[in-house]
Amino acid sequence: MQTVVSQTSPPKKSFLYDPKVRGIFYQVLLVVIVSYLFYVAATNAIENLQRAKIASGFGFLDNTAGFDISQALIQFSAAGSSYGDAFIVGLLNTLIVSAIGIFFTTILGFLIGIARLSKNWMVAKVAMVYVETLRNIPLLVQLLFWYIAVLGPLPQPRNSIEMGAGFFVNSRGLFMARPIYAADAWAIPAALVIGLIGTFLYRRWASARQAATGQQSPVGLVTLGLVVGLPILTWIVLAIVGANPISFELPRKGTFNLTGGMQILPEFVALLLGLVTYTAAFIAEVVRAGILAVSKGQTEAAGSLGLKPAQTLRLVVIPQAMRVIVPPLTSQYLNLTKNSSLAVAIGYPDLVQVFMGTVLNQTGQAIEVVVITMAVYLTISLVTSALMNIYNRRVAIVER
Amino acid sequence: MKKALVAIAFGLTASVFATGASAQATLNSVKQKGFLTCGSNTGLAGFGLPDAQGNWTGLDVDLCRAIAAAIFDDPTKVRYIPLAAKDRFTALQSGEVDVLSRNSTMTMSRDTQLGLDFPAINYFDGQGFMVRKKLGVSSAKELNGASICTQQGTTTELNLADYFRANNMKYEVVAFATSDETFKAYDAGRCDAFTTDASGLYAERLRASAPDDHIVLPEIISKEPLGPAVRHGDNQWGDIVRWTHNAMLNAEELGVTKANVDQMKTSDNPEIKRLLGTEGKFGEAVGLTNDWAVRIIKHVGNYGEVFEKNVGEGSKLKIKRGQNALWTKGGLQYGIPVR
Repeated sequence: MQTVVSQTSPPKKSFLYDPKVRGIFYQVLLVVIVSYLFYVAATNAIENLQRAKIASGFGFLDNTAGFDISQALIQFSAAGSSYGDAFIVGLLNTLIVSAIGIFFTTILGFLIGIARLSKNWMVAKVAMVYVETLRNIPLLVQLLFWYIAVLGPLPQPRNSIEMGAGFFVNSRGLFMARPIYAADAWAIPAALVIGLIGTFLYRRWASARQAATGQQSPVGLVTLGLVVGLPILTWIVLAIVGANPISFELPRKGTFNLTGGMQILPEFVALLLGLVTYTAAFIAEVVRAGILAVSKGQTEAAGSLGLKPAQTLRLVVIPQAMRVIVPPLTSQYLNLTKNSSLAVAIGYPDLVQVFMGTVLNQTGQAIEVVVITMAVYLTISLVTSALMNIYNRRVAIVER
Repeated sequence: MKKALVAIAFGLTASVFATGASAQATLNSVKQKGFLTCGSNTGLAGFGLPDAQGNWTGLDVDLCRAIAAAIFDDPTKVRYIPLAAKDRFTALQSGEVDVLSRNSTMTMSRDTQLGLDFPAINYFDGQGFMVRKKLGVSSAKELNGASICTQQGTTTELNLADYFRANNMKYEVVAFATSDETFKAYDAGRCDAFTTDASGLYAERLRASAPDDHIVLPEIISKEPLGPAVRHGDNQWGDIVRWTHNAMLNAEELGVTKANVDQMKTSDNPEIKRLLGTEGKFGEAVGLTNDWAVRIIKHVGNYGEVFEKNVGEGSKLKIKRGQNALWTKGGLQYGIPVR
């Protein structure tokens, strides 16, 4: 048996039929077509805007705004601020309601998720009813409900309810004392930072000690002392040595409303309540799924090692459940941020309300305003997503 | 195959992008569709509000009905698109509505920068304030420190800031997207005062849970010439809207009413003859028929009739003609001659 072995390379195929070349050709073609479409869309839009005599470009951001905003975290006035400033005010309002909302919804969501798995029948059913009610009613309806629920029973400013310690509540919102800082007040946050660093170091030392000797340290007490005790001690020392570093301006009754102090708008409270309770229902389900994904053997093993149920949950179940929880939890955080744009229905001045509402209407530059707004939401979401991915990588299972 | 698909997709997309607004197209497209799309208020008594049967009524709505009557000889050929203040100009710019008849104030920036034209002023108005009687406030100058509810994206929002700045007073603005949300918040006690155009104050007061608990303050802080808006660049369409309004004004001035329009056709008065199309070809010049004004008056009525029915003595609002009386009676409404 003899076989003829060809010494030459396989017969040369036509350039046209080379799969690699064809692949590159189609990809280049796609990029060209997509870029051309964007180019056509952009030039067409510009041409039509010019023909219809609609102003275009981003110069409007420097123009004087001419309107006021109820909640501004930076200095904002109708006369002195521009549309660009209004954009920043709206953006900050969106960010603050999202950040505070994410903080509280995480706590509430975890509590309810764990409660749904409780062995106590009552607790589990209450959690179930909460989840099924809240996640099955549209958020917009809930926001309107909260706004009316918050606003309805509250008294007019002249009959403000005094809650003590400088807190007042009426239909214009929640009023509280405003801290006024003296020159040496910086020492208090400095003490807090030192306390935090101290806690971190102490915890590292304590866990190393436990790993080496098995002896436990009073971590909780020391943390409390460093984080809370140290700043308070600094305050007391400052107050004894010199003037009180922080004084408070109390709200006083004015003609129409309380003046002075700090005010939290009812729109903000309603939006926060709506977002927190709604998103918590989804997070509860994510947490429940995550905990159920940890096999029963883990709990039983922890039990046989003598861990208490609370310790089992904290040290064995939750760390393993986090791998399952974090990716869908990220989606819920993103949802909360995006849902905050429903603020427009209850008059909270978020980015959409201020920028896509008032600014768009006063300038008429719909394309620019909408593009900026979309870019902002995209950026916020991508940043949140990136941070959560970093955290996910830390808690993810490490294959060995 | 793949290439063919790409070609089709590309062709489709290109054609979608290429449909720019051609300048003289509105009348033709309205005729082709068979109806007029009219951007109306989401609900403002006397100006644009659906009644219990779902029929739209009001001064602004009647202008749309008049335009439809002039084009189709049928005032019902209108599709109403209720628009919040902040959406209205975008809806008009993008071609979603043919005409915006929604108590919108004509200003220079809207006329020159938004790509709009305001062919007529069908209601001269000014901004005012409404407060609860029990506050004991009798003048807008006493509103220092008040919370004020307003609708966003309006001239109202800007005038408010101007007025408080000019009088060196502080206030807290609470802005909502729609007039409905704004008034509900005021009625629920969120604000001390509610501000909008004076006509709107009277209209909204009717909706309050207890209308008699509220008073309108005497100050009028701005000029609000309200009128229909069309896209800039389609002059023929702008002309149709302008002359529809002027036909209604001239009819009132000449005593032509819904009831007597047919007898008036035999009138010897040359002004009436030109208006009703028995002399000259004025209708054809704007792309309509020569009996365009007859159609408007027969189906909708003259300006005075429309005013009285919707906002005047014949309505719940009981607004006096005031600035909106004809120029011959000391008002500002001045019918431009058909000649």
